[in-house]
Amino acid sequence: MTYFPEEVVEHIFDFLGSHRDRNAVSTVCKAWYHVERFSRRNVFVGNCYAIRPERVMARFPGMKSLSVKGKPHFADYNLVPYDWGGFALPWINAAVRRCPGLEDLRLKRMVVTDDDLDLLARSFPNFRSLVLVSCEGFSTDGLAAIATYCRGLRELDLQENEVEDHGRQWLSCFHESCTSLVSLNFACLKGEVNAGVLERLVARCPNLRSLKLNRAVSVESLNEIVARAPYLVDLGTGSFAVDHHTDAYQRLMNSFSKCKSLSSLSGFWEASPHCLDAVYPVCINLTVLNMSYAPAIQADDLIKLISLCFKLQKLWVLDCIGDKGLAVVASTCKELQELRVFPSDIYGAGATSVTEEGLVAISSGCPKLNSLLYFCYQMTNAALITVAKNCPHFTRFRLCILDPWKPDPVTNQPLDEGFGAIVRSCKNLRRLSLSGLLTDQVFLYIGLYAKCLEMLSIAFAGDSDKGMVYILKGCKNLRKLEIRDCPFGDIALLNDVAKYETMRSLWMSSCDVTLGGCKALAAKMPRLNVEIINESEGSDKLEENISDLHKAEKMYVYRTVAGPRNDAPDFVWTL
Amino acid sequence: MEEDLENRGGACPQLLDLIPNESDWMMAPEASGEGRGVGGLDDSEDKKLELKLGLPGGGAEEAAVLSLGFFSKASKTTTTTCAGARRGLFESAESKSEGPRQEQQAGFLQLQSRAESGNEWPHKAVWAGGKADLQQSHAAPGGAAGPNTSSQTRAAPAPVVGWPPLRSFRKNLSNSSVKPSVELQNDNVEMKQKFDNNKKGLLVKINMDGIPIGRKVDLKTYDNYEKLSLAVKELFLGLLAAQKDTPENENEEAKQAFVGLLDGSREYTLVYEDNEGDKMLVGDVPWDMFVSTVKRLRVLKSSDLAALRLGAVSRKRTATES
Repeated sequence: MTYFPEEVVEHIFDFLGSHRDRNAVSTVCKAWYHVERFSRRNVFVGNCYAIRPERVMARFPGMKSLSVKGKPHFADYNLVPYDWGGFALPWINAAVRRCPGLEDLRLKRMVVTDDDLDLLARSFPNFRSLVLVSCEGFSTDGLAAIATYCRGLRELDLQENEVEDHGRQWLSCFHESCTSLVSLNFACLKGEVNAGVLERLVARCPNLRSLKLNRAVSVESLNEIVARAPYLVDLGTGSFAVDHHTDAYQRLMNSFSKCKSLSSLSGFWEASPHCLDAVYPVCINLTVLNMSYAPAIQADDLIKLISLCFKLQKLWVLDCIGDKGLAVVASTCKELQELRVFPSDIYGAGATSVTEEGLVAISSGCPKLNSLLYFCYQMTNAALITVAKNCPHFTRFRLCILDPWKPDPVTNQPLDEGFGAIVRSCKNLRRLSLSGLLTDQVFLYIGLYAKCLEMLSIAFAGDSDKGMVYILKGCKNLRKLEIRDCPFGDIALLNDVAKYETMRSLWMSSCDVTLGGCKALAAKMPRLNVEIINESEGSDKLEENISDLHKAEKMYVYRTVAGPRNDAPDFVWTL
Repeated sequence: MEEDLENRGGACPQLLDLIPNESDWMMAPEASGEGRGVGGLDDSEDKKLELKLGLPGGGAEEAAVLSLGFFSKASKTTTTTCAGARRGLFESAESKSEGPRQEQQAGFLQLQSRAESGNEWPHKAVWAGGKADLQQSHAAPGGAAGPNTSSQTRAAPAPVVGWPPLRSFRKNLSNSSVKPSVELQNDNVEMKQKFDNNKKGLLVKINMDGIPIGRKVDLKTYDNYEKLSLAVKELFLGLLAAQKDTPENENEEAKQAFVGLLDGSREYTLVYEDNEGDKMLVGDVPWDMFVSTVKRLRVLKSSDLAALRLGAVSRKRTATES
């Protein structure tokens, strides 16, 4: 291969889609390293603190598309303090200096300010796509800057961000000449937008295929929009608060029936029973349906809707669908690949919720199921064993039994056998979340069978250090391990310190690791950052004679070539 | 630790001895305040709870004690965060907090309702760790915990940080669509306030150019600008049609008048007078802010806009248009 001219090698590398493949070929020899680095267009950084931005840009000067992730996953559940870090600015600054041809930026769990967005908007003339997922720190003013300066913008996709509302005029900042939008998602915004402006924007963007409106957009507005964009493929409906007796409702039904391309629906924030009839004409083509923001829609309406969705591949619902509703899904949606069932009322007893029966029904009816997120109040080993047998293709299996330590209610046993069956059967399992009553045994099974596992989330499980050791020893492909409230301590932590350099990160909170253990880890492994997050008020200094025996409440360990970070707040100690 | 537990009886002070790292528990005085704040329990109530621990029969009591101890080890790091109190690295928060933890546990396991639905699990400690027992042993105090939580509407879960693993916006979904069955100790107060405010109503005058008779509109019945705009149309459509001497339903022209009220692009524009006496364009500020400052409304002919002296900021723009 080294005798081929570089252009040929580069052309061959073009066929390599994944980052991992490209990373792999760049380690073969110097020549390949050089060819690869100049030809890489999409750069993915899984942990923004693993490497300095300048170094990334220096290595990949041809970078056109950058994706960076910041905070650890448990930040989604408020376990990471607000100002822990994950700032976007260093990355944007570095790109401004070194990669002015940047076209796409995707940030996940990072802190992005309005100034950052302003800088971004003004600095990259070819900028096409901004995707922010679970970010915070900005307001609609930042969006106004993006709208104003990114003239050729194709995609503005805001997923589940915390955005401060500074008014509705940001949407008006899209210039009259902006006609390039393909995807616009502002479903997470809390404030209103100007309906007329929105409608005109939609009307002048003929390539618009994905539009997700926020809760404040009325049905009247939705009507106007759908009428002007019949080629939409993916629609978030906005409020959908409409009385099915009105003219508005009739018009809506007519509009929907003209949307021949619509295959993905979400939103329905204020949808009430009976008003989903308008959507029936499109059900036959739906591949993605997200009803998980509509708590007022109960099982019967969901059933009527879903029983028309034969092509459904991805379904997100609330647990008010019930086992009965899941049975209907199982008998109707034979193409189903991904199912997420969220709890509708976490403070209640789960009067209408789902149980193991619903999951078993789905597993027997939907042979293509490979991704599951299931919140329920109980689960049995028998059910899990059945599910494992029916669905050996799981790549993501996340089960959340809402009561911690809850055993199998029929046998009163821990759920070790059930999860064991899952990992034994699903040879391609990449992501697993455990819950319920679990002993060290389940970790033995996971270490033994889950050879492809990359991400494992554990809470309120295990008996001893052995549990964690089984995981670290057995799961060769483990990249992310996050643990909370488990009796794993220093012995487990220090059992195989080199392992952590093969992983992206380890999170442990409310476990038994001590400050001394963390220090020992940091001392042995200089290329890991061992961060302790200390939230007790008043003790900011590590030097304050804190005994090594004290428990480390929150510990985050990650491999890095950038050394300890210089933007850590006072309450984060890097050992 | 197991040996220790077996040797101890069920008395309250000795239960506290089960907690490892005793010195931590004796830390800062404000700690007990924190514990109190959550559970509002004192010694006598501790004792009351303590008596109710475990199942009838001595053998089970030991298991219950064992499991409680075990749980307290695992759970002492959980936070009761009614007020979002920070959790300490050093466990200072729970010196006398058998109670809050129990309560938290009771709610945490949502046994309040479970207890009512009947405890179907066998009473035997099937599993050595005794965690199964824990749940049974709490089924009894589940009811007992009730009277201790007088400050709360029910022994609702004191939230454990980050559990269940749900994004915040998902936790609030069922609040925001008004479900009467929802009982949330944290949000009860807010919900009540919301309803109270709605009862008062906010009637403001609204006039339209060319129509001598004004109307009044209750802004509390709307929650966004679109709804207000529609309401304005309904209020004046008839009057406008009457002015032009044509029957209401056929007057498309009149209906057209009300399109685009909020963006100044059509025949009429909606403006308002705020509490400082300035005339402002409707729609620039978030709805709630608008409602708190509006004094009266007016539907102006857009051509007359320039003629008026508008208030300080007619359109807020953060980015200058080049």
